[in-house]
Amino acid sequence: MFLINCPFCGEREQSEFKAGGEAHIERPKQPTELSDDEWAEFLFMRKNIKGVQFERWNHAHGCRKWFNIARDTSNDQIKAVYKMGEKPPVK
Amino acid sequence: MKNKYSIFSLIKNAFSYHENWEKAWKDPEPKKEYEAIIVGGGGHGLATAYYLAKKHNMKNIAVVEKGWIGGGNTGRNTTIIRSNYLWDASAGLYDHALKIWEGLSQELNYNVMFSQRGVINLAHNLQDVRDLKRRTHANRLNGIDAVYLNTEGVKKFCPIINTSQDIRYPVLGGTLQRRAGTARHDAVAWGYARGADEMGVDIIQNCEVKGIKRNGDKVEGIETNKGFIKAKKIAVAAAGHSSVIANMAGLKLPLESKPLQALVSEPVKPIIDTVVMSNAVHAYVSQSDKGELVIGAGTDDYISYSQKGSHDIVEGTLNAILELYPIFSRMRMLRQWGGIVDICPDASPIISKTSIKGLYFNCGWGTGGFKATPGSGDLFAHTIANDEPHKLNAAFNLNRFVSGDLVDEHGAAAVAH
Repeated sequence: MFLINCPFCGEREQSEFKAGGEAHIERPKQPTELSDDEWAEFLFMRKNIKGVQFERWNHAHGCRKWFNIARDTSNDQIKAVYKMGEKPPVK
Repeated sequence: MKNKYSIFSLIKNAFSYHENWEKAWKDPEPKKEYEAIIVGGGGHGLATAYYLAKKHNMKNIAVVEKGWIGGGNTGRNTTIIRSNYLWDASAGLYDHALKIWEGLSQELNYNVMFSQRGVINLAHNLQDVRDLKRRTHANRLNGIDAVYLNTEGVKKFCPIINTSQDIRYPVLGGTLQRRAGTARHDAVAWGYARGADEMGVDIIQNCEVKGIKRNGDKVEGIETNKGFIKAKKIAVAAAGHSSVIANMAGLKLPLESKPLQALVSEPVKPIIDTVVMSNAVHAYVSQSDKGELVIGAGTDDYISYSQKGSHDIVEGTLNAILELYPIFSRMRMLRQWGGIVDICPDASPIISKTSIKGLYFNCGWGTGGFKATPGSGDLFAHTIANDEPHKLNAAFNLNRFVSGDLVDEHGAAAVAH
């Protein structure tokens, strides 16, 4: 349990949000030309980092908007919150 | 040769106030090189070592564990054992394990307290009823015992369940697997450790893997806090930390690691003599031999290695428990904990070779790995020794995420993952 600072609504409990998994996985530009290996990479393979991870969250019980956070998965501390489409903070 | 545990050894040691029991396993320093190294000293890793030594005659092996053996998810689960899975591949895998459980205490000369007290899975709506009946038929076609009980049948088998039809999730029926049950989680790790140690396996505790050394597409050994250890075969059974180890070898796995919570109550007199699981409300309950209610909750939906779950998950589970068992309304919970479980997209495990020669992975057990411990160890040992999967774990390869031949037990198994 931790607090998330929604860029639109402010600080709320994590239980108001829905986790959307790893961020910045790009949708294939030419899906018809993808090999099975590339599909597997896009659909299933995840970094699953222990440490600072960039991930998508949705304020499901609030503004219902998506945004990104950088969170340390070893202790659930949030390092940065940034909007969709923005580049991840460099640290 | 270790002394056999028996009633006589118990009496004999009682005379010296139980202070002279021989050590169940040694605490060796790592050798320079092993035939195979198993990363992870939980139930799966220790069972793998045991079967490698016993069935495949590989004695020069080590199990490295970053903490103490059985200190991870093996010591943090609700100890439920069952094999009532829908798909043939899963049924084969889990029933293989269940058959080994049935003779395990005798085989290991270590009482794992396997108790076939039956497991009930509840149906709360018409779709649940149809799904569970279908699964019952599928189980019986695979030779797995399963019966479908109606509401009265559930009430008769477990009288404290609230079968009133005006609750949020009324009990419309359930499945019962009588061969299913529970076991003592720590004893499983200790029993396998003792057995493996006796056959010459080195169990090295407080030895954390820091890196995996590769030479092209082959593995050469592991870097640890106790130095470099060479081995041609490295087998990883690291549960929630599988991706961390895989990343060291430059591999990516289809896993997400999430906290799964469980809690126990204060001890009370015997009140529930079976295991009751509910898919829809995500609550399962059994009673330990000490008298505590052992309650399992669901996973959080975010990736975390923190071994702490969210309070709202526990709250949701306890709401369901209270509705199903009003008799527990004034019980107090003693302890709550979270373990990190590695979940595959199809919620089925991986027991597989990898694209790197000599590197094997046993992971992705998600929320239900404990029940498979003996079978998982046996099949993983077979895969490592022969560099080929056994027919029972052939479907659980890593390549299924490329081929699309998933073992899609998500929601099809008796409980949600």
